Amino acid sequence: MSFQHKHVLGIEQMTKEDIQIILDTADSFKEINSREIKKVPTLRGKTIINAFFEASTRTRLSFEIAGKRLSADTVNISGSTSSVVKGETLEDTAKNIEAMAPDIIVIRHGHSGAPHYLSERVGCSVVNAGDGAHEHPSQALLDLMTMREHKGSIDGLEVAIVGDITHSRVARSDIYALTRMGAKVRLCGPGTMMPIGIELLGNVEVFTDIREAIEGADVVMMLRIQMERQSNILLPSLREYARFYGLNPTNLKLAKPDAIVMHPGPMNRGVEISSAVADGGQNVILDQVENGVATRMALLYLVSGVESMQTND
Amino acid sequence: MAKILIKGGRVISPAQKLDKTCDVLIEKGKIAAIGKGLDDKGAKVIDAAGKIVTPGLVDIHVHLRDPGLEYKEDIASGTLSAVTGGFTSVACMPNTQPVNDNQTVTSYILNKAAQEGHCRVFPIASITKGLKGESLTGMGELKELGVTAVSDDGKPVSNPQLMRRAMEYAKPFGLTIVSHAEDLDLVDSGVMNEGPVSTELGLKGITWVSEDSATAREVMLAECTGANLHVAHVSTKGSIDIVRQAKKRGVSVTCEVAPHHFTLTDEAVRGYKTNAKMNPPLRSAEDMEAVRQGISDGTVDAIATDHAPHHIDEKNVEFNIAMNGIVGLETALPLSLQLVEDGVIDLPKAIALLTSGPAAALNLPVGQLEEGSDADIAIIDTELEWTVDAQKLASKSKNTPFDGWKMKGAAVCTIVAGKIAYQR
Amino acid sequence: MAKTETAILDKAGIARAITRIAHEILEQNKGGERLALVGIRTGGDHLATLLQARIQEIEGTEVPLGAVDITMYRDDLASRGNLPIGKTNIPFHLDGKQVILVDDVLYTGRTIRSAMDALMDFGRPSTIQLAVLIDRGHRELPIRADYVGRNVPTAREEDIAVIFDDELNPVEVRLVKP
Repeated sequence: MSFQHKHVLGIEQMTKEDIQIILDTADSFKEINSREIKKVPTLRGKTIINAFFEASTRTRLSFEIAGKRLSADTVNISGSTSSVVKGETLEDTAKNIEAMAPDIIVIRHGHSGAPHYLSERVGCSVVNAGDGAHEHPSQALLDLMTMREHKGSIDGLEVAIVGDITHSRVARSDIYALTRMGAKVRLCGPGTMMPIGIELLGNVEVFTDIREAIEGADVVMMLRIQMERQSNILLPSLREYARFYGLNPTNLKLAKPDAIVMHPGPMNRGVEISSAVADGGQNVILDQVENGVATRMALLYLVSGVESMQTND
Repeated sequence: MAKILIKGGRVISPAQKLDKTCDVLIEKGKIAAIGKGLDDKGAKVIDAAGKIVTPGLVDIHVHLRDPGLEYKEDIASGTLSAVTGGFTSVACMPNTQPVNDNQTVTSYILNKAAQEGHCRVFPIASITKGLKGESLTGMGELKELGVTAVSDDGKPVSNPQLMRRAMEYAKPFGLTIVSHAEDLDLVDSGVMNEGPVSTELGLKGITWVSEDSATAREVMLAECTGANLHVAHVSTKGSIDIVRQAKKRGVSVTCEVAPHHFTLTDEAVRGYKTNAKMNPPLRSAEDMEAVRQGISDGTVDAIATDHAPHHIDEKNVEFNIAMNGIVGLETALPLSLQLVEDGVIDLPKAIALLTSGPAAALNLPVGQLEEGSDADIAIIDTELEWTVDAQKLASKSKNTPFDGWKMKGAAVCTIVAGKIAYQR
Repeated sequence: MAKTETAILDKAGIARAITRIAHEILEQNKGGERLALVGIRTGGDHLATLLQARIQEIEGTEVPLGAVDITMYRDDLASRGNLPIGKTNIPFHLDGKQVILVDDVLYTGRTIRSAMDALMDFGRPSTIQLAVLIDRGHRELPIRADYVGRNVPTAREEDIAVIFDDELNPVEVRLVKP
């Protein structure tokens, strides 16, 4: 079995074997990040365009570093500098990018399905770096890599994901990835942030009380509450959110003693996660960031290979 | 004008409770005779053996986009699309540019239809000026020009008091209020039906409540005012039931459903297919079943396409920003005949939903097939198998989710006022 | 067509070759003070482990041992696709070391070129020497081995297979003819 996906649009399309290959490859690449010379020639001569149509610092940085460590030429375009503001359609933007013959386009976009749209219109590989409320596959993979490092195996883990599930692409990708690898997902969030039918995406149980969701969990993952959504009518106040859905040392005690705490970042301290937990011994948040680079190196490497195998056939 | 004799077809006209194999003779644009063994002397003979002969189909929910949005469709192309699909009459919605809220625009449509149209066109005027939902359109004057119905289609009349006044005002003029029932606060920024599929795709959902609550309000207002209400494009289980119950109470209400709502569900959106984006959105399988149930039990009065042409550039974009709507005139007939195939209704009932039903809902003088009536006729081959090729549609726009679908049944000849407007 | 396989070196023969190479390495490098062994995955890493043990038997010192996976450094990725990437593990500083690169079969020399590139990314060894169990010829790059277990003239279409048992000890070398 080898990795056969030219595009990484979501975890939904991936099998357990695909995920396994990505995690194993990421494990091998991780070593490079601790070297003196953090660069290998693997993707020398490849051009990767990081097209970020939505603000992002860490994901873009992580993809950029991943590309550079593999010796690819990485170029970034972002929402503010792209032609999007000038009213150009995504198709025209895509065609223009493609005319410059990149090998991979990494896309972050506010509209769900934009990477899918792009993949139908360009010849190169497309890697989804987060689309709307749909998927964020590289985040889920780095989450799994981190869980595997700390727990040995994903199979059988009880993973609690707490927060705004409705608007979370991270939650969706994590649900697919964790379910395929044999873990059980417990979701918890305010009633206004729990979408219809989410339990149909995988091995998922929905909780309304964070204490029940956390109890006996191996992993507690807190999602970011989007401060900018506060003009909306989803929450009465951040204070109330922190009280009922925030992770603090008291409710964390309900999880397994060796449970790890994760967060896709950036954190709102004092809202979804208290500083005591964010800085506490159980947090593996910076491991997630570190593994993000290795995971993205693996994805870039694997999709590059698929392309060349297809040209040879 | 030439005489035409349609020979040996199964003639079905639900309005006349007619269903027999016989001939139809057309003379001077009118139906001269219906009967067996009619004299064909001097007549062009059309052999309709094995086919069905029906009143020309009537679509009471079409966007012709003319004036103002002719890059999507115009009266000539829209009516050509209509006759290609077997339709001889279309009622066109007022959301043009400018909006059809005055005699000038109505006259423009009527004149242009008379000059360039391939079939009859019945303009529907807006309920409120400029579709703004603020003040009433001059309905009385428009009635004088032949307008029989008013609608703010595309938008609901959000203000309930305004809708009430519109009904009260329209009633004495005999105008039907065609309601686009939708609660915009509940729709919010939704782009597809809310349910497991929207959750999976990460697209903002539109709850069924947005349609049901608005439908309930319209029905209550109609009950209160006694006005004639026609509910457009009913798509949910709840709305079908609200209309069903209202009819039982004797409320003067009719409703229509669109072929896509009894054929497709929100599953069709998968892959972010923008040709599966419309308003109301494609709903759940349960809703689709309820719509079919409503068709079967008589709750539904008409099948109407909500033919909504859009330029490729308005669909070839991200799902969130794609325009709502699909073209429907050329696929409505086979999709409706599929209901017969599926055992939902019998053939005469299907024809009724495409002829007398919609005509009665908007009080249009069409959908008949009797001696002396206008010779608007569709000759339909219910067995003809064909494949939809979006690029070959007569409509200017190609936005159909049925591209590549294998269809069964088509109009092989469409006659408008005694003249052959389309022949396959 | 069925392949024919001929054994060209048995377990004892391999052991003798390893022992000889160990002696040569020590002699050449005047003892083992700055020596380090790096095996090329997979095959060379197992042989390097054996060499380390043999050197310890002879000299009594434990030579640092590492393994390198050269997939990331291949020059034929474009045509080979996404080969699985193994782990590189060099748990010591290479600077100033006399590094013995160990591989099972020396053929075109391209693997060795990749391995040297990899080593350079880890530091600056004072020398890199090459030890191989089999040299089968057909070099495409100016590379030669410093220590060779056995020279085996082969045709290009033939193959050399080094068979390891479950404990990763080499048990046989076979010449495979198509």
